[in-house]
Parts: sequence; C-alpha cells; structure tokens
Amino acid sequence: MLRFILSRICLLIPTFFGVTLLTFGMVRLLPGDPIEAMLGERAVDPRWHAEMLQRLGFDRRLWEQYGKYIWQVFHGDLGLSVVTNEPVMHEFLSRFPATVELALVAMLFGMIVGIPAGIIAAIRRGRTVDHTVMTAALTGQSMPIFWWGLLLILFFSLHLDLTPVSGRLDVQYFIEQKTGFLLLDCLLAGDYDAFFSALHHMILPTIALGTIPLAIIARMTRSSMIEVLNEDYIRTAKAKGLRPWRVIVIHALRNALIPVITVIGLQTGTLLAGAVLTETIFSWPGIGKWLINSLDRRDYPVLQGAVLLVATFVMLVNLTVDLLYGLINPRIRHAR
Amino acid sequence: MKFNLLTASIMASLVLIPALSAEAKEATLVFCSEGGPESFNPQLGTAGTTFDASATPIYNRLVEFSPGSTETKPGLAESWTISPDGLVYTFKLRQNVKWQTTKDFTPTRNFNADDVVFSFERMWKEDNAYHKVSGGTYTYFAETSMPDVLKSIEKVDDNTVRITLNAPNSPFTNILALYSFSILSKEYADQMLKAGTPEKLDTNPVGTGPFVLVDYVKDSTIRYKANKDYWKGAPKFDNLVFSITTDAATRASKIEKGECHVMAYPNAADLPKLKADKNLKVLQQEGFNVAYLGFNVEKKPFNDKKVRQALNMAIDKTNLIKAVYLGAATPAVNPIPPTLWSYNKQVKDYSYDPAKAKKLLEEAGYKDGFETTLWYMPVVRPYNPNGQKMAEAMQADLAKVGVKVKLVTYEWKEYLKRQREGEHDMLQLGWTGDYPDPDNFLNTLLSCDAAKTSTSRWCDKNFDDLVVKARQVSDVKERTKLYEEAQKVFKEEAPWFTVAHSIVNEITRANVEGYKMSPLGSHDFQEVSLK
Repeated sequence: MLRFILSRICLLIPTFFGVTLLTFGMVRLLPGDPIEAMLGERAVDPRWHAEMLQRLGFDRRLWEQYGKYIWQVFHGDLGLSVVTNEPVMHEFLSRFPATVELALVAMLFGMIVGIPAGIIAAIRRGRTVDHTVMTAALTGQSMPIFWWGLLLILFFSLHLDLTPVSGRLDVQYFIEQKTGFLLLDCLLAGDYDAFFSALHHMILPTIALGTIPLAIIARMTRSSMIEVLNEDYIRTAKAKGLRPWRVIVIHALRNALIPVITVIGLQTGTLLAGAVLTETIFSWPGIGKWLINSLDRRDYPVLQGAVLLVATFVMLVNLTVDLLYGLINPRIRHAR
Repeated sequence: MKFNLLTASIMASLVLIPALSAEAKEATLVFCSEGGPESFNPQLGTAGTTFDASATPIYNRLVEFSPGSTETKPGLAESWTISPDGLVYTFKLRQNVKWQTTKDFTPTRNFNADDVVFSFERMWKEDNAYHKVSGGTYTYFAETSMPDVLKSIEKVDDNTVRITLNAPNSPFTNILALYSFSILSKEYADQMLKAGTPEKLDTNPVGTGPFVLVDYVKDSTIRYKANKDYWKGAPKFDNLVFSITTDAATRASKIEKGECHVMAYPNAADLPKLKADKNLKVLQQEGFNVAYLGFNVEKKPFNDKKVRQALNMAIDKTNLIKAVYLGAATPAVNPIPPTLWSYNKQVKDYSYDPAKAKKLLEEAGYKDGFETTLWYMPVVRPYNPNGQKMAEAMQADLAKVGVKVKLVTYEWKEYLKRQREGEHDMLQLGWTGDYPDPDNFLNTLLSCDAAKTSTSRWCDKNFDDLVVKARQVSDVKERTKLYEEAQKVFKEEAPWFTVAHSIVNEITRANVEGYKMSPLGSHDFQEVSLK
C-alpha cells in the first residue's frame, strides 16, 4: 500500500512542473501587451510602460523569468495582482471557500438525486422510467450552464418568485467572514435567519452547477448497477430469498458504487470549470468569477496564479480519489 | 359584540405591526454594480467601478461635477482666484468639514489645507512616504500631465491652498474635478504610517463624503452607512449597498424582482422588457464618447478637402446607427459629445447624398472613384460595438460612389501602433472623455500637436489657433465661443467622418427619486431618496 501511495505521489511532481510550464507559457503567449491592452487608444507614457514591464518582470529573458517564477512558487509567493496590488495567494484564499462550498453542495445534490435515479433506471431497465431518467440525464449533461442558469432564474425567481436571483445572502444580513464558508459562518454567528437566507440563495446555483454531475452520476450508476445485477453472487443472493431491496442496497450497490466514486472524483475538475460560468450568472463571489474578472482586466499575475492553484487543487483531489479507490478496490493497487 | 371587538383589534394589530416594524427598519438603497473596485483609493484607480465605490460615496474633491452634468462647481474648495497670468490658483477651503469616523480612525481635527497638500504630494512627489504604497501607479495624474503642469503646491494657512503651474492651463479646474483628485486625510495617513500599516489608507478609506464604508466582501457586496455629519447634509436613506453583479442579464432580473434599486449597463436586448415594466424607470443619455472614421490627410486623395467632404456624404449614418448600434446611439455631428459644454448645436452635418458625393469626387478629379483601404477595430469599445460590421456597411456605401475599399485589421496593439505611425488610409477609432473639458477631445485628438500620432494627422492652422487659445484663457464664456468656432472649422474641413455617440442606459425602480445619470458614467447617490 505504501509503495502504491508513494508511486502516485511521485507521479504528481512532473505533472506539477508541466502545469507551471503551461501557466507560465499561457500568460506569455497570449497575444498583445498587457499594458497596451489595458490602456487601449490612449497613448502610453513610455516611462510608465517600461516601469510596468519591469514590475511584471517581462523585460527579462524567458528562462530567467521561469526560474524566478518557480523559485517564488516554492516559497508560496504567486506575485501581486496588477490591479489591486494584493498578494495573489491572499486573494485566492479569500474566494476559494465560496467556490468549494458551492461545489460541495452541488456534488452532494448530484449524488443524492443521481444515485437513486441511476438505481431505479437500472432496476426498471428498458421501461418508461428508465427511458425518462436517461433522456433527462442526457439532456442535463448537454445543457450549457450559462443558458440553464438563466432559464432557472427566469422560471423560479421571476416567474414563480420562489428564489432570489443572485448573490449569497440577503443584503439585510451582515455576517462576519470567519471561515469563508457562509453556511458555517452563519451558524457560528448563531444567526439562523441568515443561514436560511444563505441556503435559499444556494438553491439555483446548486441546480445549475450540479446538473451535469448529476446526469453523469445517474448514467454511471445505472450502467454499473446493471453490470453488477448480472453477477452470479446477486443471483445467489436472490436465490437465497433475500428481500429485493436488501439485495440491491447491501449487495449490489456497494460494488456498483466503486466506478461512481471515480467519476465523482473526476468531476471535481469539471465542477470548478462549471463554477466559472455559474458564479458569473449568480454573482457568486468565488474563484470562477475572480478568474473572469482578472481576464477582463488582463491581470496576468492573477491569471497565472489562479490557474496554477486550481490545477494543483484538482491534482490533489484526483490523487485522493486514486488512493481511496485503491483502498476500496484491492485489485487496483496490486495491478502493475 | 365582544367577538367583533376582538377580531377588530387583532386585525388592527396585524395591520399595524408590519407598519410599525417597517418604519423602524432602516432604509437601504441597493445598487447593482457591474464589478468590484480595484481599490478604495481613487488616486490609484482607472476603472469606473473603482470611482463608483470610492470617489463618489466616500470622498470629495476641491472642485466637483454637478450631478447629471459635466459642469463643475465648488467642492471642498469654496472658491478660488486665478492670477492674471493664469499661473497661480488660490483655493479658499470650506470650513467645518468633518472627516469620517471608522473602526480604524477617529479624527481629532476637521479637513484643512494639510490634507490637500498631502493628497497631491502623494501622487506627485517621489519622496512622499506614501508615493510607493499600493503599487504607486497614479494613471490619471500622469495622463493629465500633472507632473509637468504643476510647479508647486503650498499651504498658505489652514484654509487656503496655493497651486502654481508651469504654464497657463485653463482646463485645470475641470481636471481637479476628476475622481482621482479626491482628497484624503493626512491625519489618518500619518497614523497608519506610524502603525506600520500604510496600505490601510487605500483599503479602509476615510473621506469627507456622504457615505462611510462599513464592509467589503470581495466580488459580492460593499456596504456603506450614511454619513450623518456630511457637510452638504446627511443622505436621505440609512444604508447604501453595492450588490456586485457582473452579468447584465442577471442584473436585469434583479432589478425586475426588486432586489436592487438602480442598475448599471443593461443589455440592449433586455431594454424592451424593462421599458414595459411599470415598476421600473429607464433612463437614457448619450455616452461621453465619440466614434469616428479618420481620413489620413497625409495621403492622397485624402489631402483634398473635397474628397473628405464627398466621403462624408457617401456614408449613410442613419443606417449605421440602425445596423451596427441597433439604435442605441445618436449620430455624431461634432467631435465632442452633446452632453459636453460648448457643444455647437448650430453645426449642420453633411446629409447622406451619394449623387452629390459623386459630383464632388468628380470635381476633385476622381470621376471613376479610387481604391483605398479602411481599417476596422478588432475590439469592442463602448463607442463601437462592432467594427467589422460597421466597416462592411461603409464599404458597401462607398462602393456606390465608385470608391473601392479593402478592409484591413490587425491585433489591437498592432493596430494602434501602426495607426500612430500613420500607415493607414481611413481608420476607425473613437474616444471616451477623461475629463469634462472640450480640450480633452479637440486638443487631444485634433490639434497640430497631436497630428504626429492622430488618426487623421490633420494640422489646420485656423482650428489649432482656436483650440490653443481656448486652452490659455480662463473665462468660460470666451472658451465656449472659441470651441464653438473650432467645431465649425472641423466640420468644414472634415478630417473625420463622425459616426456616433453611443447611448448609455440605466434602470431604476420607480420609487427611486432624484437620481440623475452622469454623462461621465459614474453613479452618485447622495441626492437620491426612496419613496
């Protein structure tokens, strides 16, 4: 097991360097000079231009720039935002909890709805329920988040007046940020009205962001369940006269969920990508919105830092899933 | 009877309780803004969102814009005198103006001359302890050439400041109204420096303005409370909240649902729906900008006035407004927007007349037309939503009078660089005003000084004399006359085809009163009330 863990961790190192190369290259290869791009039709004072270039370090040779960049990254220094002059790391940390909170809830939603839907579809394979679930899943999976989010607002907020349009909390509540996880912060502050307001605000973004993982989880659960249900030991269990729900929940589901866990892990990356759109539509103050704003303002240090941090996070999640998977399914860790 | 009394009293209390609590509840105005600020110090900012969040609610300037106009009026300076040679400005400062009290700072004195000197010196003097704090980039201070314009700034006494210039500069007082020239507290700055947290001056602001910053959750909400001690009188509501909503469609939904009272920049596509809503008011104004097609007069045949006039008649402006701006623009006649003072209403635009254009071209010796290039913008700007579409419409119009146009574009940086070097024949560009002075359009874009890099590279002695003189006199009436005359010369000489001033819309709830749109695109709530 130790060997398995070590080998997976070692694999991370080259991947991490690959990501640093990509983020480093991304900023340098984007067309246009950031300073020109910011000022546009205004003639730029050459003195100021040169000073800015120097501040961003773009005036040095490429390998020098990269060396300095790596050195800083390993010292936890991702540079300063050109726009706000705050450390990128600090800006990231102040927004990351909002994204994680939304992603977790969206994933939870996907699992709570997706897994039962998949099971039902598998049991009723080929019947109307199955077709309905699978059609819905396919539709959900191919729905552009941007459009879906606006549709949700239009229907639930404007037409039915059930949910707020956007934001994380009603303006009347004022919760001090302790952890950055708003639901937790509300509870810590003992303000239950605010807690419910926060939950209320989460409904639509959760549906918008959780629909794709939900659809994928449902489809995965279904196919994996169908496979397991055809196994001999299920037949044995049924033959022993066990109640159907016991066969399904205790015997089949445990094995059927193994591939589903992988899918859930892999979906983390997708969730973060989806967060960019969801956060924009619902004014959710997380890293997705931060990335979009930085792109708008050509805040290069932020873009570079944020992409690196997000990529690292996804890598770590994937590692965790890998390890968990090895833990659940011994065949994986012994396979060479 | 008893029962009835009971029911009546219960009913009455049911009606009364919400009424009472509604009265006790504080009035809050919510503004759905389009983005968060870069900083809370307007000296450092360039974005409208920064000025909206810092300069307008929190700070004041020596000179300020009247709400809803580009005219300026006394702000923290009660009055000023200008020496006859136009070099020395003496500002009499307003007394009894209180600094805000925040959790980091309790003022011990009122606003005075030290604050003014400090605020300027921070941007200007490299040896100022604050000059390098928070990046030390003062874009507008540099862009308005203040380091070259200013000679000295001195405190005469607590209520008087004297600013001496290197050369006469009549837009000077208008420039002082720019948000970047907000006045910061020296006492607060000193305290923060002593405490080793100078950057707090920029992140936890203290101003003299109508609202006090309470809290900022990045990308989400900015909260202010009304400054009860505000020198112009306390605002008419208790709390101001900026609900940062980047997506325009979401902003529209929020205002429709009543989650905000004022929203900036709606999508053109959402306007019909918003206009139809009885709970909303749609405000409209020409943007403080101009889009134009410049003719490079250094090149043939554009060195011929007749050709330029002919091209002005050959392009159907009304069609451009319809097709490119989808109606959200007004045709531009002059090179300055109609909301700017000294705009000359008497100037007549060339009417669309292909037959007459052809005739003029013939007179100029281009009976069969000519071949040329037209450069179109590769990016979207507030004054031009679609460069390519506009270029294609122009190309089609010009073809009708025999002018064969090849369309050209480059990556934005390259485009601007080549434009400055004068490689183009005809080129699309535009301008959004930096400060509300015709000087910022006419001198910046069309003077002989600018001709080395300007789009039309046009240097006309008559025009130049007028705008240069207007820069040197300080009497507004006389300046107005000179600028009006300059606009006439401009139209006659036609170095540009003036395209349009885009229209900017803002939406408020019907119960918002006293809100005026700013031609400069800022959002000011100090005179607003909620019905």
